[in-house]
Amino acid sequence: MDKMPKWADAILVPLISLLLAAILSALVILAIGEDPRAAFKLMVDGALMRSAGWGYTLYYATNFIFTGLAVSVAFHARMFNIGGEGQAMLGGLGVALACLFIPWPHWTLALLGSATLAALFGAAWAFIPAYLQAKRGSHVVITTIMFNYIAFSVLGYILVNVLRPPGAGDPASVRFPEATNLPTFQDMFSTTANPMFRSAPANVTFFLALAACVFVYYLIWRTRLGYEIRHFGHSQTAALYAGTSGVRITVIAMLISGALAGLMAVNTTQGEAERLILNSTEGAGFIGIAVALMGRNHPFGVLLAALLFGFLYQGGAELALWTNIPSQLIIVIQALVILFTGALDNMVRMPLEKLFLALRKNKEAL
Amino acid sequence: MEFLTIIQVLDSTLRLSTPLLLACLAGLFSERAGIFDIGLEGKMLLAAMFSAAIAFASGNVWVGMLAGIGASLALSLVHGLASITFRGNQLISGVAINFLASGITVLVAQSWFGQGGRTPTLQGAARFEPVHLPGALTRIRDIADANPLMQVYSELISGHTIIVYISLLLVPLSWWVLFQTRFGLRLRAVGENPAAVDTAGISVVRLRYMSVLICGVLCGIAGAYLATALQAQFVKEMTAGRGFIALAALIFAKWKPWNALYACLLFGLLQAIAVRFQNIQIGEVTIPVQLMEALPYILTVVILAGFIGKAIPPRAGGEPYVKER
Repeated sequence: MDKMPKWADAILVPLISLLLAAILSALVILAIGEDPRAAFKLMVDGALMRSAGWGYTLYYATNFIFTGLAVSVAFHARMFNIGGEGQAMLGGLGVALACLFIPWPHWTLALLGSATLAALFGAAWAFIPAYLQAKRGSHVVITTIMFNYIAFSVLGYILVNVLRPPGAGDPASVRFPEATNLPTFQDMFSTTANPMFRSAPANVTFFLALAACVFVYYLIWRTRLGYEIRHFGHSQTAALYAGTSGVRITVIAMLISGALAGLMAVNTTQGEAERLILNSTEGAGFIGIAVALMGRNHPFGVLLAALLFGFLYQGGAELALWTNIPSQLIIVIQALVILFTGALDNMVRMPLEKLFLALRKNKEAL
Repeated sequence: MEFLTIIQVLDSTLRLSTPLLLACLAGLFSERAGIFDIGLEGKMLLAAMFSAAIAFASGNVWVGMLAGIGASLALSLVHGLASITFRGNQLISGVAINFLASGITVLVAQSWFGQGGRTPTLQGAARFEPVHLPGALTRIRDIADANPLMQVYSELISGHTIIVYISLLLVPLSWWVLFQTRFGLRLRAVGENPAAVDTAGISVVRLRYMSVLICGVLCGIAGAYLATALQAQFVKEMTAGRGFIALAALIFAKWKPWNALYACLLFGLLQAIAVRFQNIQIGEVTIPVQLMEALPYILTVVILAGFIGKAIPPRAGGEPYVKER
């Protein structure tokens, strides 16, 4: 018997967790001597009240959709992929190679090519941890953490020694050719009479992220492979008994996860920076963990959670600009969301379950 | 290469190994009791910030270190609450703790000192000074002129802060506690088979909380060392992945105290070489500095893969204990 109705599990628990995180964050803001209500208003104004603000919010959300989906696909197979950061870094390398060394005639083809390479590079970076988990039993959490650091060194080496133009100081590649530049929301939605999304980085990759949501939904709930992944995640022994290959599912789930994380780089590297820089991921791989937990591993939930975090990141940048609150406040909020929705889940859930059980008993008694 | 250069590299190896060793022993106590802790990094970072801030305010480095330990213990309690009391996911809790520390340190440091998330530079009694052993030379020129034995004594053995010596002493102490005492036996048992410990009438929850708190104290010392001994202030993200290198060292050491010392010295040596030489030229081949930076992680993956001896973690690690009802 379910202790709680489904809607409570899917909506009530994350909302209460979010509320707790918000209350604690407000206390933090109070503690450093600022006004939480004014801060919240500033965040809403900066992120949601102007089209340029939305342009940033959606840009960040695009990253978080990809990394959130990446974490959630691995979660479905009961694996914790902390390696999104490294996989996205390698994805960036794939994007850069595609854009720099292939003469694309038009951005649509360039997008297709760079997205393919980004996904391939991301998946490749997830392959070794996946294989080691499947074949040698090395814990995928530890290996993906190690691979994040290795990715940083690999990227650093390639940028400094291979892709950096001679004489340049900072470790970055040259600018990508004009033909590979993706149309931004400003290009797409602005008219001369009504300028929209002025100089905001949101670009066509956002729609690719939406497509990825639909893809993950179909994959997980409408295909045989998705069924096997969920089955394996729920009960490994039952899945093995039913004839599912554990090695195959572990590797495939991690490859898809890595590919999704790698795709994030299309947005940051080709869409925004238009060149490869060392720290283009900016922690988005880790935010994917919070997004997946908050979104309950469902693509629609991931989309909503990614929008929420996009708002938080853009709002946080506004706070840092106009007040004395550093943008690190958002990292605190993110940590609290991960803590309450992920680790302290039972703290929220247990009292709720008791409440619903008591309510049901009352009904039966009547 | 000159003899003195080698000694100097080894000297900085010892200094750079110390925070790794403290964090590694911290992880050892936690993981031996069955609580995975990937939040070592966060605990060190928070301890570094609070120890530097309080040492600056009080002018006493020991008071600062106590504050750092307190901050680290607070995070340990959060981890314990999540992974022992509420039986949550220990890995997710660790991730949350790392982010919490990364954000809070900058917020608090900015709010207290307004220097972009760093603390003011510590001077005098507000930081740990090197301890000069009797008869050791202290001036670099004197050391350069001395005989090799004196060089080793003065440069490598003498002249470290007290924490370095304490951390080295903690290795046999940890071994003794874990492998020679009743408490250690129970602690290890709780990480292998908590049900058996429970059947013997010993509280699993109490033991696991104690191990998590020991972990907090050691991480606190490690953080304080970073901000008040190795450097003389807190700067943003100053742990720079040391918590994860310590975690790697713990796996490399196969969850054993003496091995932890060797692993941390090895990883410290890699850091010392990377700091001193950048790119190394061996004949025709250049070893890039990035390889030195990545080597601890690569070695750990190789060990984890079981190609050079298999690393087997405590059996009940990462699993919350549910008493049968």
